[in-house]
Amino acid sequence: MTDVRDWPFRNPVLTASGCGGSGRDLAAYGDLSTLGGFVTRSVTLQPRPGGAEPRIVESPSGLVNAIGLQNPGVAGFLDDELAPLVELGATVVVSIAGHSLGEYAELTRTLGRSPGIAALEVNLSAPDPLGSGLFDAREPFQAAGVIGSCRRDLRDGVLLLAKLRNDVTRVAEIARAVAEAGADAVVVGNAVPAALPDGRPGGLSGPAIRPQVLRCVAEVVRALPDTPVIGCGGIMDAEDARAHLAAGASAVQVGTALFHDPTTAFRIAEQLGTELDPPAREDER
Amino acid sequence: MTAPGPLHVRGEVLATKTVGAYQHLSLVLPEVGERSRPGSFLAVSVGDGHLARRAFWIHRVGPMGGHRAVVEVVVEPRGPGSRALAALPVGSSLDVTGPLGRPFALPREPARCLLVGQGYAAASLTTLAERLRERGCTVRLVLGGADDAHVLEPLESRRSVGRIEVVLGDLAPAVVDALTDVDVVYVAASTQVQGAVAAAVSGADVTCQVALERALTCATGLCRGCPVPVLDDAGETHVVRACVDGPVFRAERVDWEALA
Repeated sequence: MTDVRDWPFRNPVLTASGCGGSGRDLAAYGDLSTLGGFVTRSVTLQPRPGGAEPRIVESPSGLVNAIGLQNPGVAGFLDDELAPLVELGATVVVSIAGHSLGEYAELTRTLGRSPGIAALEVNLSAPDPLGSGLFDAREPFQAAGVIGSCRRDLRDGVLLLAKLRNDVTRVAEIARAVAEAGADAVVVGNAVPAALPDGRPGGLSGPAIRPQVLRCVAEVVRALPDTPVIGCGGIMDAEDARAHLAAGASAVQVGTALFHDPTTAFRIAEQLGTELDPPAREDER
Repeated sequence: MTAPGPLHVRGEVLATKTVGAYQHLSLVLPEVGERSRPGSFLAVSVGDGHLARRAFWIHRVGPMGGHRAVVEVVVEPRGPGSRALAALPVGSSLDVTGPLGRPFALPREPARCLLVGQGYAAASLTTLAERLRERGCTVRLVLGGADDAHVLEPLESRRSVGRIEVVLGDLAPAVVDALTDVDVVYVAASTQVQGAVAAAVSGADVTCQVALERALTCATGLCRGCPVPVLDDAGETHVVRACVDGPVFRAERVDWEALA
């Protein structure tokens, strides 16, 4: 399903994982069905209570966060969060994170057979994967191993996205590995490894990383012209989103901006929706 | 759906005045004031590279300058965001989300109420006191602050309050001493004072609600940056969000040890 014209997203603007609450919270500020998709926070097999405070600290044009992957676990997600998202009209993308290949496979099987899920997004780019107890997917062969596990267990009709870290020296190489392992598209990037003022590991997001992510998007597009790319990092307005699309991204994800203005993604979707329909890089060539 | 939810609006500063250590901003915010309830708060986008919201208790809602429901908030200038807001001249525009949060619950029957407000947080009690008086409750108010400049308007508070006491310095012991002939206590103060009051009323036939003030980032339930450990009926701890699952909690639900 690497042809973006077959994608389930009705426009090129999605939320970024971990930035839209459970969906109900964001729906207070706009109609989720007008977004290209809603990406959930990363769901793990077991519930996670999240980390210590402070969890988020402001830095210039950015936020450093260490939420600790707080989530209700896959069973809790399916019981409490998926149905409301579907009822709200969202095109649901479930982000998953696991501590072993077997766990990724189990998450894929469990979620893959649940109706109402348009895509899985495999989180291969947590800013502190080992401290968070996640499978070490930093090397291309490891990332490919995770995607291979998911691909084998995923039914047809559900898109498989790999969310990669925006490390400009490695991103094209990792993108190639996960594309060969069966990822339908890559999401570039995630919060950059950083530290909170007290020294604990966290991830820096927001406009501070935007130019850096844009460079990574361009690198992947150049290296892998046939692999669709979704840009993610510091997008605050339609102009930022257009820069990603101009660099060759097929879609974008809006994250940290929602913390500053919960209407951002809806506004960008509306503005871009009138310019691009459908969001196809193929059409632009 | 219960009450209409929050709105994200472009607002305007209608008036600004310095009172003691605080700056009172009167904001024109379409429909926000009408939806506000006692204990509601606003989140302001500061901009200029600051991504986290700045949250403020809604102090008052009322007509002003031809507008039906102007919202007044109390800003203590103490960081770059709050200093920038406190310095906004009349006519400035700003992006605001509100009203946010679960409000205070009001007693069904007339009750003897003690309201405890520390510093600018006392702003959250102003409309609460009015609603309680309308319901026939007796209202006693204890206001705390480091000094006179940090005690929120004790004279203006008298309109809707039967008895008022001002405590400069250590607030918790004074509140614990005041816990006689009381049915309901509302505490808008530091977590330390709230925890002390919660401990003092534990086991007594007194309902205690606290308006928690935690560091908020999005203030809208999206970021999970404001965890509050709460206990369910079985004594199990769950992590909820201060901004949308609170900020008002029943004191006995909060796991004070874990919160500290």
